[in-house]
Amino acid sequence: MNWLKKPASDTQLTHGDRLWLYIIAAIVMFLLVIPTLIVMPMSFSDSQYLEFPPSNWSLRWYYEYFESSKWMRATITSLQVGTLTMLLATPMGIMAAYALFVSGHRASKLLFAFLITPMIVPVILIAIGVFYSYGRVGLNNTVFGLVLAHAVLASPLVMIVITSALRNYDLNQERVARSLGASRIKAFFVITLPQIKFSVMTSALLAFLTSFDEVIISIFVSGGSNATLTKHMFAALRDFIDPTIAAISTIMILVSTTLLLATQFISSRERK
Amino acid sequence: MSIQSNNLHTESSTALPIHVQDLTKKYGEMYALDSVNLEVKSGEFLTLLGPSGSGKTTLLMAIAGFNRPDSGSIRFGDEEVILKPPHKRGVGMVFQSYALFPHMTVAENIAFPLKLRGVSAAEAAERVATALKTVQLDGLGDRGIEQLSGGQKQRVALARAFVFRPRILLMDEPLSALDKKLREQMQIELKHLHEQLGVTTVYVTHDQREALTMSDRIVVINNGQLTQIGTPNDIYNHPANAFVADFIGESTMLPLTHDGSGSLYFEGSLIKTNYKTSDAKEWSLVIRPERLTVVKSGQCDPEKTIVFTGVIREFIFQGDTAFAMMSVNDKYNLSFRFGTDASSWQNAMQPGDSVSLGLNRSDVIVIPGGLEL
Amino acid sequence: MSAHNTANFNAEGRRVEPLNEKSLRSLDIQEQRLLLSLATPAVLAVIAIVVIPVGWLFYLSFTGSDGQFSLANYQRMIEYKSYARTFVTTFQVSILTTLICIMIGYPLAYFLAMLPERLAGFFMLAVLLPFWTSLLVRTYAWLVLLQKNGILNDLAMSIGLWDSPLKLVHNLTGTLIGMAHIMLPFLVLPLYGSMKKIQRDLMYAAANLGASPVQAFWKIYFPMSISGMVAGSLIVFVLCLGFYVTPAVLGGGRVVMVATQITAILEHQFDWGAASALGVVLLVVTMLILTVATKVFKLDAALFGKR
Repeated sequence: MNWLKKPASDTQLTHGDRLWLYIIAAIVMFLLVIPTLIVMPMSFSDSQYLEFPPSNWSLRWYYEYFESSKWMRATITSLQVGTLTMLLATPMGIMAAYALFVSGHRASKLLFAFLITPMIVPVILIAIGVFYSYGRVGLNNTVFGLVLAHAVLASPLVMIVITSALRNYDLNQERVARSLGASRIKAFFVITLPQIKFSVMTSALLAFLTSFDEVIISIFVSGGSNATLTKHMFAALRDFIDPTIAAISTIMILVSTTLLLATQFISSRERK
Repeated sequence: MSIQSNNLHTESSTALPIHVQDLTKKYGEMYALDSVNLEVKSGEFLTLLGPSGSGKTTLLMAIAGFNRPDSGSIRFGDEEVILKPPHKRGVGMVFQSYALFPHMTVAENIAFPLKLRGVSAAEAAERVATALKTVQLDGLGDRGIEQLSGGQKQRVALARAFVFRPRILLMDEPLSALDKKLREQMQIELKHLHEQLGVTTVYVTHDQREALTMSDRIVVINNGQLTQIGTPNDIYNHPANAFVADFIGESTMLPLTHDGSGSLYFEGSLIKTNYKTSDAKEWSLVIRPERLTVVKSGQCDPEKTIVFTGVIREFIFQGDTAFAMMSVNDKYNLSFRFGTDASSWQNAMQPGDSVSLGLNRSDVIVIPGGLEL
Repeated sequence: MSAHNTANFNAEGRRVEPLNEKSLRSLDIQEQRLLLSLATPAVLAVIAIVVIPVGWLFYLSFTGSDGQFSLANYQRMIEYKSYARTFVTTFQVSILTTLICIMIGYPLAYFLAMLPERLAGFFMLAVLLPFWTSLLVRTYAWLVLLQKNGILNDLAMSIGLWDSPLKLVHNLTGTLIGMAHIMLPFLVLPLYGSMKKIQRDLMYAAANLGASPVQAFWKIYFPMSISGMVAGSLIVFVLCLGFYVTPAVLGGGRVVMVATQITAILEHQFDWGAASALGVVLLVVTMLILTVATKVFKLDAALFGKR
């Protein structure tokens, strides 16, 4: 226990002095992580009622999920919409971030603020507004409509990540490339892009996840055969507690965790 | 250590002169370049020298095409280039931060401009190898950039800038990130490289010693205007005004009075005759510290030497030379510098001693203007 | 050398344009246009999805049932008590959630900031993991945990904390717990960021000048961490104001916040006028709070610089 006597801070506090902090932090971290973890073993419970720990183990809720055409269709829709959002939001966000970063124009600060507004306006407003507007042009319940809305929600994130990457990058390299004969476009693609590719990947994953996990807009705008996974899950949560949701949640947790670890891995590669 | 000789001599005939005419660039109300006119001779090594914010980098960037002036003309030879984008200007450029591409090897960095020009892979490889040899980095082609030292990175940046045989080379303080010894060594190597390549070179620095070492001509810039152009000798021995006199080398400036008939006096002693005192209202005598010698007053020919007598106020040993300050008439401080060899009896000087210093009349420098810069 | 000659005059006294001025300026404009045009797709998309729809909502809120301009929707909001209650609840929940997050988030952020680099990355996962997990999944998890026969009640009763199952969900308590869990990363991340910016030298200096560790913390460290804390709290508060999913699920219909009321109005009465009026008020309140807070705490750099 002499570890407790070792200094832990710049003011020579020991670990022992700090024990209360460690305990609080541990409790908070535990509470942060536990709820999501609890869901996972519960998905393997045999019973109709949610119980922990499960008395009987079974995979029935997973079968329910994979064999249900409703859930499967919704999953495919969500994956589709997520991928398309990623493919739309990432280039859109990169172009905007690059343009505003490189241009010295006074307008660029204003434009940046304008493009960030989807993050500031309450999503419920965007959801009902879009629902109404789409209603008038027949875009409700379409994949295109949903992708467009999600892309607008995701591209500010892409912009923020890419802007931060550009800040840490020596823009002189583009100038050198141009002095050596490369046009502006070529210099961007051959010199700059390869060097921010990790941030590009991270922002793409963020864009995908933003769309995949999005609830409110999906509730209003997706529907029928184009309903998303989140829409069905929300309905199920409100009406009754279907243990199938536990199975779906487990899968989603695994997907999220994998993506998160992927970005951590990517950014650690980039730091080298 | 010198740059290897190879058959790049043939390029010198294709070097281009640069004609800058009425170049102006404003940032808001501030003139970064104020109607600048400059002629860079074909093949010469010209240095733009000035303090930070003087406009020297702005001028270089304008020549390269990285900033767009508000008005003026820039011609390479007969061709107007001011409206051309940077990638069409064909100048080689070296940045202070080297700006090497970290995701490419040394060889790939150097081959980059060749690839853009459609040079075949075989020929490119050959030219890259020659370039590496020229900058003394043979065999390092496959290295990654992070594995290089500062000096090596600098050479790669150089090689990349001249491998495609540009007719103009621009350098923006390329040596300022290196430590003193390496910097001084590279200065000489760059000079040799220039002699070999014969390329018109415009070099930017704030280090006057560097400028004096390397240049064929120096342009002194201040506040967006060119204050003086000349050879290192001209600039050092015949500064045109107080700014140049003060910026280049060390100096003491003493105020002079005019007697109305072309003669200038300092505290009653005649300094110069037949001086054209046209538009200035004040004049100063500029004395380089190393041009003063300790003399025995009364033993000098006043036709040849001006003598200053005073009291030593400070004396500092600085290794290869010593620096001392003498106060004249309790009003003016004259700084002088001398060797520290053992035989130098000047070493016996103490603060408080009375001493006489002599300045050869041929070393007299007079400038219009006063001590306020 | 030269006077600042923006206009030269030739021998006849006619004004001569500085060399190439027009062409240079037009090239400059061209280049700026080209660059800014890269941002056009994003701008168009934001106009299509945010500006126009929200504009419609403004319009609808000022439209009566007869299709003419009317302030009836807003009048109704002042008259009917249910709207006032909704706003009170919304602010209640938002303020309480923010406070809870500050209470438990500050120590956590401080702990993380004190860790050496390698450990910090690892423990940060505890914050990032829930952050990346779907909102629905987290809400669902709390729904399950807090039930009458859920784990929390079972555990608490078995260790004797309380005797009969407490109603922890489908009410304010459950909502607060769920919201705090969702919002915590939004506070911890900016706070951690600003804590990391505090240079170690400052704490050394404080100690050297005679401050005890506690004094050094309150007088030096804490004030410097405030900007991150305020930024994080603002994000949390504003998010809570407009939040829908968690209060809808964990509140069980008893916690009526603005977002849930808007949805209810649309679902049951299909009254776009009322719903959009409520939405407009939410937007205006959000913008006011953001503007005031940004000015007061000078947050422009923090909010627009990074997340």
